[in-house]
Amino acid sequence: MIWLDTLIQGILLGGLYALFAAGLSLVFGIMRLVNLAHGDLIVLGAYLILGLGTATGLHPFLAAALALPLMFALGWALQSALLNRVLGDDILPPLLVTFGLSVVIQNALLMGFSADSRKLPIGPIEAQSLPLGPVTVGAMPLITFGSAIVVILGLNWLFYHTALGRAFRATSDDPVTAQLMGIRPRRIFAVATGIAMVVATIAALYLGARANFDPAIGPARLLYAFEAVIIGGLGSLWGTLAGGLVIGVAQAMGAAINPEWQILAGHLAFVAVLLVRPRGLFPRAND
Amino acid sequence: MAILSLRGASKSFGALKVTDDVSFDLAPGEALGIIGPNGAGKSTLFNLITGNLRPDAGRVFLDGRDVTTETPMQRCASGIGRSFQIPQPFDHLSVYENLLVAARFGGGLSASAAPDACMDILRRTGLAQVADRKAGGLPLLSRKRLELARAMATQPRVILLDEIAGGLTDGECGELVATIRAIHAEGTAIIWIEHVLHALTAVVSRLMVLNFGKMLMIGAPDAVMAAPQVREIYLGIEA
Repeated sequence: MIWLDTLIQGILLGGLYALFAAGLSLVFGIMRLVNLAHGDLIVLGAYLILGLGTATGLHPFLAAALALPLMFALGWALQSALLNRVLGDDILPPLLVTFGLSVVIQNALLMGFSADSRKLPIGPIEAQSLPLGPVTVGAMPLITFGSAIVVILGLNWLFYHTALGRAFRATSDDPVTAQLMGIRPRRIFAVATGIAMVVATIAALYLGARANFDPAIGPARLLYAFEAVIIGGLGSLWGTLAGGLVIGVAQAMGAAINPEWQILAGHLAFVAVLLVRPRGLFPRAND
Repeated sequence: MAILSLRGASKSFGALKVTDDVSFDLAPGEALGIIGPNGAGKSTLFNLITGNLRPDAGRVFLDGRDVTTETPMQRCASGIGRSFQIPQPFDHLSVYENLLVAARFGGGLSASAAPDACMDILRRTGLAQVADRKAGGLPLLSRKRLELARAMATQPRVILLDEIAGGLTDGECGELVATIRAIHAEGTAIIWIEHVLHALTAVVSRLMVLNFGKMLMIGAPDAVMAAPQVREIYLGIEA
């Protein structure tokens, strides 16, 4: 029974990792941009929720709702003013710029909020749990997992059933031809990064509600997100969810054996998947 | 007034002049053919018209308006549609979605008008059977048809066709010519680069010959094909 419990906890934790990864997957899928600042942008989102909550007295869930449009605007501006300038045939400039951005965000947060670790005050729901058959699960992990499913469903709907989604996929296939079809790739990229930041803000809410955060934890979140995207197969959102689950379950299992093995087990699972399926679990059909 | 004009358009890649002082006018609804040996600068000329390349010298006019500095997106919105010599569909989109993207963004059609317009184009180009297939998995003939269909979906007033008859059987070529004639009959102006002369002359009323980036001759197809310098340079026949 302890193993079933561990499995369930791991799956629910995987939902959080899928949320970390979904924005990264979206941006990479559309513009082949690896955003090394993605983890730090999630942490920035957590501080924004904290700041808005403190300033207005609102519950973190409502503060997060306020933060969503702000983070969308930030993503839009970031892409328009900075990242669009470095996109091109050479993949090195975007890597360097987003790496620099990562350092800038961490230090700005350090100046603004100090190195003290913080937590989003979500109140009594934090300790609530409900019995689910033979195991008991926490309310927050369940909500986190549910949110991940809703986010992936929403992104899939956007991708495959809207004009904007078709423009995303067309631009992803061939930005030069897309221009001849009247699509403005730079504007499409700005919207995509805005949406990625909306997802990052949702991830930030659950990150800050689950555990302490401080300005330095971004890169580790990026690593989990990265592994989830690669395990799932580049360009597949459901794959990203599966990748998050693999890491979540591996970490939970590792921790059950020995608490020191939690992080290591996640990375080992990543390596194991790469050894067996180098292109991930659900690679796109004809890349 | 001419729908499309080039005035002294020139473009060089390094020391190579690929377009050399080309000027011509295209009347609304006219069909113009372009022939010339490989490397004569035919596709480059299209790139100058669509805005994928900027000319080093000279101007491009649409409806008398100077569009030389406009982007491909702006020119697409102004009514220039283009098919590529080497088909470049959006591989991961279905055939129908390829058209939908072109119709919504390029043609400016509304969400309610675009589906019908796209289905109509699919029927006319013989793609209705493969509408839901991913474009990346189509055979060559269907990919060439998709190039034409997608260009049509942007609701162009001038459509640029780049060697879409190459590699087709006679029967397929005949169907293609019929489709293009129908597009022309609706008043869409056409510029068509083609090596398959009988297909070209079945549609166009004027023919331009390019050689080493220069416009060698432009005029009625019969007169152009009979001209000694064309026979010598293009057909390799001693005059």
